[in-house]
Amino acid sequence: MAQGSTPAATPTPRPSGRGAPAAAPSAPPAIGPEEVTGAQSIIRSLEEAGVDVVFGIPGGAILPTYDPLMDSAKVRHILVRHEQGGGHAASGYAHVTGRVGVTMATSGPGATNLVTALADANMDSVPVVAITGQVTASLIGTDAFQEADIVGITLPVTKHNYLVTDPDDIPRVIAEAFHIAATGRPGPVLVDIAKSAMQARTTFRWPQTIDLPGYHPVTKPHAKQVREAARLLATARRPVILAGGGIVRAGASALLRRLVDASGAAVTTTLMGRGVLPDDHPQHLGMPGMHGTVPAVAALQRADLIVGLGTRFDDRVTGLLSSFAPQAAVVHADIDPAEIGKNVRADVPIVGDLVEVIADLLVELEREQAQHGKPDLEAWWRQIDAWRSTFPLGYDETDDGHLAPQHVISRIGEITGPEAVYVAGVGQHQMWAAQFIRYQRPRAWLNSGGLGTMGYAVPAAMGAKVGAPDRTVWAIDGDGCFQMTNQELATCTINDIPIKVAVINNSSLGMVRQWQTLFYESRYSNTDLHTGHGTVRIPDFVTLAEAYGAVGLRCETKADVDATIKKANEIDDRPVVVDFTVSRDAMVWPMVAAGVSNDDIQYARGLTPAWDRED
Amino acid sequence: MTRHTLSVLVENKPGVLTRVAGLFARRAFNIHSLAVGPTEHDDISRITVVVDVEARPLEQVTKQLNKLVNVIKIVELEDESSVRRELLLVKVRADAAQRTGVLEVVDLFRAHVVDVGPESVVIEAIGSPTKLTALLAALEPYGVREIVQSGTVAIGRGARSITDRALERVTRSA
Repeated sequence: MAQGSTPAATPTPRPSGRGAPAAAPSAPPAIGPEEVTGAQSIIRSLEEAGVDVVFGIPGGAILPTYDPLMDSAKVRHILVRHEQGGGHAASGYAHVTGRVGVTMATSGPGATNLVTALADANMDSVPVVAITGQVTASLIGTDAFQEADIVGITLPVTKHNYLVTDPDDIPRVIAEAFHIAATGRPGPVLVDIAKSAMQARTTFRWPQTIDLPGYHPVTKPHAKQVREAARLLATARRPVILAGGGIVRAGASALLRRLVDASGAAVTTTLMGRGVLPDDHPQHLGMPGMHGTVPAVAALQRADLIVGLGTRFDDRVTGLLSSFAPQAAVVHADIDPAEIGKNVRADVPIVGDLVEVIADLLVELEREQAQHGKPDLEAWWRQIDAWRSTFPLGYDETDDGHLAPQHVISRIGEITGPEAVYVAGVGQHQMWAAQFIRYQRPRAWLNSGGLGTMGYAVPAAMGAKVGAPDRTVWAIDGDGCFQMTNQELATCTINDIPIKVAVINNSSLGMVRQWQTLFYESRYSNTDLHTGHGTVRIPDFVTLAEAYGAVGLRCETKADVDATIKKANEIDDRPVVVDFTVSRDAMVWPMVAAGVSNDDIQYARGLTPAWDRED
Repeated sequence: MTRHTLSVLVENKPGVLTRVAGLFARRAFNIHSLAVGPTEHDDISRITVVVDVEARPLEQVTKQLNKLVNVIKIVELEDESSVRRELLLVKVRADAAQRTGVLEVVDLFRAHVVDVGPESVVIEAIGSPTKLTALLAALEPYGVREIVQSGTVAIGRGARSITDRALERVTRSA
């Protein structure tokens, strides 16, 4: 199996060619034939693919499928309030469980509402299958009621997609969709099925094998490249391991830990990779990039070797590309060959599943070290430790009497602990949640990293809670984000999905406001949301929560923070929304401004470390 | 800018050309010409695409193309080891006075006249892009009224076939 864990298909179709799991000793028993409708064939296919939950909303073109869905003993359907919520919920479920998340919508607006969630899953490599209804085959292309060319629309934002008009194709296409979504570099796959295909009679036969002549993810890394990577790692004097979200998808965290211990290298975990190495590991420098720690950014800039694992060297990580890590040799390992060399030139490219890559790398590294001994990294760590003591992650207390958002977020993490799931929206609260919560395990941190989708948190938290009902799930949201998707609180209350939402309420679109402060002479064009302390409070998040049948709490003083968080953690029979009214002047630091060299990182406003003295 | 010719073997399924063309558009790759047609195998179509790129982005083009689920194989055809042809149909002004001159050009370039009218002829020519450019230049003085030209199709020289291995895979899975 390639990157991503096995979808719990019983039996899993056996893919052909490379990227196949260890072959089953004997062929699984044939499933079918069963004489059914196309709609029944869809539900039977979902059952055989191992689906236990679908987040969706019915409508005209998908109606035939919702009828047999009602009778399925295996598939639970959760009725969401907006298709985008259904898509993000499927993502949250997939992220936490490692299995494929499933969302369902009708044609036209139902399908187009899914687009943001699919684009989001595509950027963050989340395995999701979306089933959409399409108008009757004979009407396709006639601008029929609720017709939209969703296959055309989602072509650039899915890993693959299908239009099905022949009911006999349904099981094969759905089996392929799950296979494609879960293997290689995971991603979203959309299956658009014409209503006429759902209504027609067909024979259901679950395919025993999957044959995709153009789809063969490479999972086994090239031995020569791995040897070269190990040689570099064994001899580098200033090595940094850049660990990304691919390690989460591959399930390679434990192996990464061994590699980190064996190499002695410094480690930085990207926004998508937070938690792949425990934050309390002594070699962990924190997050790199635009709002990364000074030690992480500085170490990358001065490294003589960067080992990028499951990361795509995003512009938010590299800063100005031409000045990124000028002295570093780059080892870049990823399951997606197109990521290697896309942004940063790789001296040693490695294509493969990170479980295999890191396992092989460990063997070769031990061999190198047995021959040549461990490298002396003392000077490197002396320098890093100097950065760490001079530029620790921190924040200023506020002077306007309102809460420091960083304090609220770090207390949520400290009180709730590392086994919880933390889900952020996009903006300042997201960066603070990435910085100030201590992540000790993978699949504890979810956010919209690539697309930067405001409104991700509430529905993704809902999906995460469905996937991991025994874990506490906190959505760390902003007042702007929360207003984009909070309708899913209704879904949570009615379906007994008790998530917790911390609205980090600074009464504004905080990150945009921060940029206006820094780059637009504090001219606050259209960033005031009027939700905070001393405003009209529209909406009032406490009464809004109560309207949804959730518990609404408000916290305005530092003395109440811990008690409020504890009170929220004790409620487990309904969702909780806490309105934390925080200072709107708090800013995210450190910061590398967009399009600027990482060397120009500001520890705080106007304060750039004097590197020469440090060096 | 350098020009590269890629032969892309794809599954013969609806929408595949859209996927390929869309990928070029959204990755900001520049297509110079595109030709699509059947191959000796019913399940496989062949797209010949000529792209204008620098060396490193070409690698990105092929890697991104390879990620498309319906793309089976991509081969770059080098100038010196492949034969490339385009088809040109050109309508040239040719009244009785001019016709002899036009026909001389046609002969020189081993082209054919495929339609004759009192005022014009339609000429069909097959050749390398350079040859067709030269032909057009020679016809220009007579008055070119309309041109239609295919994209480049190309095939490697020698006995090796790029479809062999791809076909094996498709046959096995069929």
